[in-house]
Amino acid sequence: MYKNFFRYLISAIFLLGFSVNSNADFKVGFVYVGPTGDHGWTFQHHEGRNAVEAAGIKTTFVESVPEGADAERVIRQLAQSGHDLIFTTSFGYMDPTNKVAKDFPNVKFEHATGYKREHSNVSTYSARFYEGRTLLGHIAGKMTKTNTIGYIASFPIPEVIRGINAMTLAAQKVNPNIKTKIVWVFTWYDPGKEAEAAQALIDQGADVIMQHTDSTAPVQTAEKAGVWSFGQASDMQRFAPKSILTSIIDDWAPYYVERAIAARDGTWKQQDTWHGLNEGMVAMGPYNSAMGADLVKEVEQLQKDLASGKVHSFTGPIYDQKGNILVAEGKVADDGMLAGMSVYVKGVEGDIPK
Amino acid sequence: MSLDISFIGILIGSIMASSVPLILAASGELITERSGVLNLGVEGMMIIGAISGFALMVITDNLFIAVVGSMLSGVIISIIFGFLTQSLLTNHVATGLALTIFGIGLSAMLGKNFVGIPGKEFPILFSSLRESIPFFGPILFGHSIVLYFAFALPFLTNYFLKKTKLGLVVRAVGDSPVSASNQGINVILVRYCCILYGGAMCGLAGAYLSLIYTPQWIENMTAGRGWIALALVVFATWSPIKVLIGALIFGGITILQLHMQAIGFRIPVQFLSALPYLMTIIVLVVISRDSRKIKLNTPTSLGRIFYKEK
Repeated sequence: MYKNFFRYLISAIFLLGFSVNSNADFKVGFVYVGPTGDHGWTFQHHEGRNAVEAAGIKTTFVESVPEGADAERVIRQLAQSGHDLIFTTSFGYMDPTNKVAKDFPNVKFEHATGYKREHSNVSTYSARFYEGRTLLGHIAGKMTKTNTIGYIASFPIPEVIRGINAMTLAAQKVNPNIKTKIVWVFTWYDPGKEAEAAQALIDQGADVIMQHTDSTAPVQTAEKAGVWSFGQASDMQRFAPKSILTSIIDDWAPYYVERAIAARDGTWKQQDTWHGLNEGMVAMGPYNSAMGADLVKEVEQLQKDLASGKVHSFTGPIYDQKGNILVAEGKVADDGMLAGMSVYVKGVEGDIPK
Repeated sequence: MSLDISFIGILIGSIMASSVPLILAASGELITERSGVLNLGVEGMMIIGAISGFALMVITDNLFIAVVGSMLSGVIISIIFGFLTQSLLTNHVATGLALTIFGIGLSAMLGKNFVGIPGKEFPILFSSLRESIPFFGPILFGHSIVLYFAFALPFLTNYFLKKTKLGLVVRAVGDSPVSASNQGINVILVRYCCILYGGAMCGLAGAYLSLIYTPQWIENMTAGRGWIALALVVFATWSPIKVLIGALIFGGITILQLHMQAIGFRIPVQFLSALPYLMTIIVLVVISRDSRKIKLNTPTSLGRIFYKEK
């Protein structure tokens, strides 16, 4: 909390400096929820910013901005200081973004993972990470010897539940005996706790570890214990070269560059974007050769099919834990259902924390 | 859950490992507080220790230098606190909070170039005995030297405070700085030493995280452990042995609740997550009911500014 305040103070001073000589050229601003050095979520957004910068467009960023009142001040500050396009990269920036957008109709706003577009100058965008989870599930189902997959979950929001479900469905398809054990850590980011959660799952018989948290601690714990793991948000291979089978990588760069150029050239239009493997917003890290050539080939094919739309992560029949049908046979879940997912599918153990 | 005896041994071993940073930081802070100084900068000193240790490991490739350097960095940053509170007589609480904010910000800045570098394996002792003796092996052996030091520290601290002359001096300064000063004790000097010692232990606690427990540097990786250590000192009523017990309970319940989730206990997860805090407070309150002892252990002048009239 205090850290954020301190950073905000410094950032504000910097921004004040920037605001003096800014009016002439086109500028893009970024607001981050975490530090650029988190090696996960914010790190990847920052990579996207670097790509915009490399495309010859001026950018500024403010990191570790808490969701809430501070966010509105920072976004407003960016808008006032002559930024033409502003990316707000966390779910909690949804209302502040729309509020500021109302007062600055000439500034374009892009909000990540939200759904509110109250003004014509607000767009939203997110990535179909669940497509990556489907690939992870397929690999995990094939690689596990104990038929137990350990899953470190952060917060019970649709995004996380969707990942658990997509993974479990894919794993069940290749291995009907699969069990998914879930540990909720209620943090995005606490290396010590994430490591402890990974160790607990390993001690409980999981030989494949998956995480929906941001640090590299779980993959390192898996490496030490000699079990399989997957990288999250960015390629974590160098932290656990033997253990990591692949990573889900968020690649915001092409989208950021495209939107920045569109805004500069005056072709920017309001839209809602939900891109996946097809557009490259979700990418996979290199596959570990320990998977064997056959499995790698299989997964690469599945990756192609998911990208082309031939295969959908949520294809019916899908049942919830009680056996009620969620998606009928031959149908696929629509985006509305995916966006609001709040129940486990059959085969996941335990209850979702409320 | 396989409840066989060797599994419990492994479990206890990992509980011990997770409580080390709390024991180190709380033991250091305990001495600082017993001298009458309230330093809320534990979290800040820990995170500075974490980045210094990791950075020195990367630069020198020498773990010994890294560990010693992390302690020195804790000392250096606590000098700032000491100078402000003891020489310039600033408010302890405000200065301590500022130290935490400063430490977290500074560590993030220093750490920019060390993000994403894999750590180095820290040597563990008696690893062969760990495997060969069931139950006791994973508890007693196969740990880093820092863990053994951490578990000895509360007993050494207890001995120091109760049985040595210097310990008596520290307590006197914490209880009644005016009388201590009249006895010819240099109150400011004693407090400086206690602050620097606290800084060293917090630095070491941070380095344990970045060098041994999760060997890597990530911003804000102490994740609030400094605050828990601070709370432990108070709830343990300034008794080193109770600090050890509290840290073990906290670490123990933290890990047990993760296991309970993995097994699939149908208890609300939020309750399980709150359990470590709850249990630690309950147990420490229950074992610290003797008000006479509490009075004896509590540094009466804690957080009060002392200056010598000339």
